[in-house]
Amino acid sequence: MNGGRPVASRTPNPASLSVLVIDENSIRASIIEVGLREAGYDNVTIIDDMNGLARRIMEINPDVIVIDIENPNRDMLESIFQISRAVKRPIAMFVDKSDEDSIVAAVDAGVSAYVVDGLKKERVKPILEMAVSRFNAFSRLQRELAEARSALEERKVIDRAKGILMKMRGLSEEEAFALLRQTAMNEKKKIAEIAQSVVTAAGLLM
Amino acid sequence: MADEGHGLSPEETGMVMTMNDSRTGALAAPPRIGGEGARVVRAGFIPLVDASVLIAAAEFGFAERNGIKLDLVKDVSWANVRDRLAFRQFDIAHMLSPMPVASMLGLGSNPSPTITPFSLGCGGNAITLSTRLFERMMATAGLPETASALENARALALVIADMKARGETLPTLAMTYPFSSHNYEFRYWLAAGGIDPDCDVRLVVVPPPLTSDALAAGAIDGFCVGAPWNMVASERGVGRIVAAKQDIWPSAPEKVVGMRPDWAEAHPETVSRLIVALDEAARWCDRVDNHDALADALADPRYIAAPVQIIRHVLAGEFNLDAKGHRRVIDDYFLFHGGFANYPRPSQALWIYSQMVRWGQADLTPDNARAAASAYRPDLYRAALGDAGAPPDADFRVEGDRDGDRFMDGHVFNAARLEAYVAGFAVRSTRTVSREAGET
Repeated sequence: MNGGRPVASRTPNPASLSVLVIDENSIRASIIEVGLREAGYDNVTIIDDMNGLARRIMEINPDVIVIDIENPNRDMLESIFQISRAVKRPIAMFVDKSDEDSIVAAVDAGVSAYVVDGLKKERVKPILEMAVSRFNAFSRLQRELAEARSALEERKVIDRAKGILMKMRGLSEEEAFALLRQTAMNEKKKIAEIAQSVVTAAGLLM
Repeated sequence: MADEGHGLSPEETGMVMTMNDSRTGALAAPPRIGGEGARVVRAGFIPLVDASVLIAAAEFGFAERNGIKLDLVKDVSWANVRDRLAFRQFDIAHMLSPMPVASMLGLGSNPSPTITPFSLGCGGNAITLSTRLFERMMATAGLPETASALENARALALVIADMKARGETLPTLAMTYPFSSHNYEFRYWLAAGGIDPDCDVRLVVVPPPLTSDALAAGAIDGFCVGAPWNMVASERGVGRIVAAKQDIWPSAPEKVVGMRPDWAEAHPETVSRLIVALDEAARWCDRVDNHDALADALADPRYIAAPVQIIRHVLAGEFNLDAKGHRRVIDDYFLFHGGFANYPRPSQALWIYSQMVRWGQADLTPDNARAAASAYRPDLYRAALGDAGAPPDADFRVEGDRDGDRFMDGHVFNAARLEAYVAGFAVRSTRTVSREAGET
């Protein structure tokens, strides 16, 4: 119809928004980037190195900035908005305090965001929701990885304890494990904890 | 305030929060706060020595004795502290003294009304320059090792003039937050030496724990920050302390306890008890014989996580200016209570506002001045501690006109003459703040 950009179109094209993700954790940043691209945001930039942040922001001139809440450089960011006349003046995402649920979800997930003043809430909400869900997914992955690591460590300790018991008490592997399990039950502890004390004690005695 | 006989019973409101009262056997039962349901006070803080009063209140029983469980939550940025207070994740927060003023003026990213009924004391800040820059100041200006803060600033001005003449990159200097005592103190010191902080240097923000590394890496040439980070840099041999806050203006309030006005209104009894607890903790922190215990608590990884001997030096005001053995002892470097340091004086809020105007952050209007002064709430302080605990002089006093409490450039601040005060500075921002068209 007209040649100009639709100013208040019903479904604004997400690609027209410039989104900047600042996250020193480059893996998490890429996960968010992929999510945003899948949702149709083509204009996404990642910064995982805080050097020259001010200059980069001026170059990118983003409409929306997503930054992890644990990043102490948030204060630097706010100073850039204060001092610089060259960049658009974004305001904290959570200015809309009526939307308490999404604020709590974002803070719990560890996401903070800045949005250029005047941008419609509906246009920005999907970005924040995406960031929140990806942040949560990343935390879950990290937790699972840590659990897997500690499970592996526990198995190693139990194997060593079994070996010590087999050698010192002449037990079979099954008997050694049964002894560990029985002791753990009696003392209301985890098998790995009993195994660790066997290993520690053996280290002291041998 | 009557604290019982109306509203909900403690059983209905606060009992879920009393699981921690394991020590009541040894102490008298803590007084209950009826109806308010706010016995647990969540407090955000940034790991700095000037959070001492809050930390001492939680660690050494002052909060508990007054029926409050102070739940301290460490945070990483002032922006987070501000937002978490605004979004009710914190009830109160360790804040920079200009933050409540900025919030009442609607400045910054997420301005949400914030007041302070209690200042956490003054002191702790200093300005550190890289050893390289300081050596150049000595060479260029013939600066003695014992130079005063003002002589140091003038020497830096000479070096900057030299840098400009040679077409060198001007120094990059760091502070902590746009609305910080550090920003205004650094600018005050620079301007007193004839340096325009907006044109002659580049001012940036660096998080306090990173300042020493940033200086060592050459990313910045100096910084103004709270303790213990100046001493961390000087003891590493990367920086030279050139001014302490006492040199700039001893009375400047440093950190305050911020809270939402609606929270304070809904929990008057909790606010009162909190102020009493903080007052007791502040008196305790000022006593030299408690400093070892305080330093041990502060050094803990849950709080500042810095070497305990540095924190002891900081509390004693013993400065290692550099790694070469130049030392200086500053009396009352940390003042947690003495001299009515906890009293939230509205005239000091207005001094902060005057600096915001001076540097183009805020417009000078009567409405703004009223909003700025309303951030500091001596009425709440007096309600808790009585008039006996409050200073005898007026809430709006002339600042910097007494011996031992002067501004480094000799100016005197009279809140009744804000415009003349700001106009009286030779170095100030020429930029006006009025918001750009389109913003409302």
